[in-house]
Amino acid sequence: MHLAITLEEAVAMIPDGARVMLSGFMGVGTPDGLVHALAASGKKDLTMIVNDAARPDTGVGPLVTAGCVRKFIGSHIGVNPDVQEKMRSAEIEVELVPQGTLVERIRAAGMGLGGILTPTGLGTLIADGKQVIEVDGKPFLLEKPLRADFALIAARSCDYVGNLTYMLSATNFNPIMALAADVVIAEPEEIVPVGVIPPDAVKTPGILVDHVIKRTA
Amino acid sequence: MVDFETMDPKEIIARRVSLEIRPKTLVNLGIGIPTLVSDHLDESLGVFFQSENGVVGLGHRPPEGMTDRHLTDAGGSFTSAVPGASIIDSAFSFGLIRGGHLDLTVLGGLQVDAKGHLANWMIPGKFVPGMGGAMDLVTGAKKVIVAMIHTAKGVSKIVPECTLPLTSQRRVNLIVTEMAVMAPLDDGLHLLETGPGYSVEEVIAATDAELVIKGDVPQMNLSLSV
Repeated sequence: MHLAITLEEAVAMIPDGARVMLSGFMGVGTPDGLVHALAASGKKDLTMIVNDAARPDTGVGPLVTAGCVRKFIGSHIGVNPDVQEKMRSAEIEVELVPQGTLVERIRAAGMGLGGILTPTGLGTLIADGKQVIEVDGKPFLLEKPLRADFALIAARSCDYVGNLTYMLSATNFNPIMALAADVVIAEPEEIVPVGVIPPDAVKTPGILVDHVIKRTA
Repeated sequence: MVDFETMDPKEIIARRVSLEIRPKTLVNLGIGIPTLVSDHLDESLGVFFQSENGVVGLGHRPPEGMTDRHLTDAGGSFTSAVPGASIIDSAFSFGLIRGGHLDLTVLGGLQVDAKGHLANWMIPGKFVPGMGGAMDLVTGAKKVIVAMIHTAKGVSKIVPECTLPLTSQRRVNLIVTEMAVMAPLDDGLHLLETGPGYSVEEVIAATDAELVIKGDVPQMNLSLSV
């Protein structure tokens, strides 16, 4: 399939029950076109790996409200009442992961590491059932890599070979998630000819990007 | 001249915490009362504020109509960046937090106990907001200050031992409420200062945890030291 695809083609690629990473922090740096297209498609049983549940109308919110999500893996759900309600009624399973651990687990998967050792979570509920490993006399929690079938990425600019840039705090999880999924789909705000993005400014090399949402005139 | 006895309790807390911030440090402020701290700080101190979503050098809210959704703080609110600010991704941001590069974090709390353990991410069976970045912040920052109202619905939030799930096993450095400044040390929770208008007896009566009191306890000095 071509690098450039439509939202419809992207949605058709993602089956029910898929594990999907979605970038963004409270909806900032989230590929909203992909979220809304997926929500409208009526997908079922998705596992969403995303920093936070945002609000019902932002970030992963529309997917939750539309009933597409079976499991949520992330660090914060405090301002999305829909997630709270669906968690209480057991419609959605929620796995809470400390934010720094979440991004490092994703990075570990993307960079070929067998996990990470972090002090975060030691002596708390988060440590339940996890291995504690001592290094030079200091205890750390072993946290395992987190991979996905798809990563949905929001970029500022994309060139014809898929090189991506991000803008300000919309960067957040994007460059990390682009490393850790079988299929990476980027939704850029603009597409520019090769050469417009200088090599030093590229934050995600195009070789990591499988598909780009094409622009409509 | 500000009358501290009639000042909003949240502003008293924010002002007292602001006096703990040293020049040219990297500071992370949590949501709620901690966010108010930067309003009390002199910009000439050269402090950089970090947010979990990757801003080093948060500024004030932009002028009306000049907000942009590519620049927000850790609460998702529009922000600006100060001269000299930088942007990093989430992995780098938590590297700063966990790696010993963050000088201070100020966080809200549901409970803090006499050992200095903080609980601030869930009330089982009632409300589960999640920890966000709090577990990494409390575990990794060089200094941790808890800034919160002393009681909730008349019940002390300073307890002998936390009954809510802990945020970290690390002992926080300082607890600042509108009634008191307290420091958990090896021999217990020390009462260092009382809030404006409160006596030591009133603080003891409002606090479930046992307080260590050595000598005369001064009132908070809320005047800026300059």
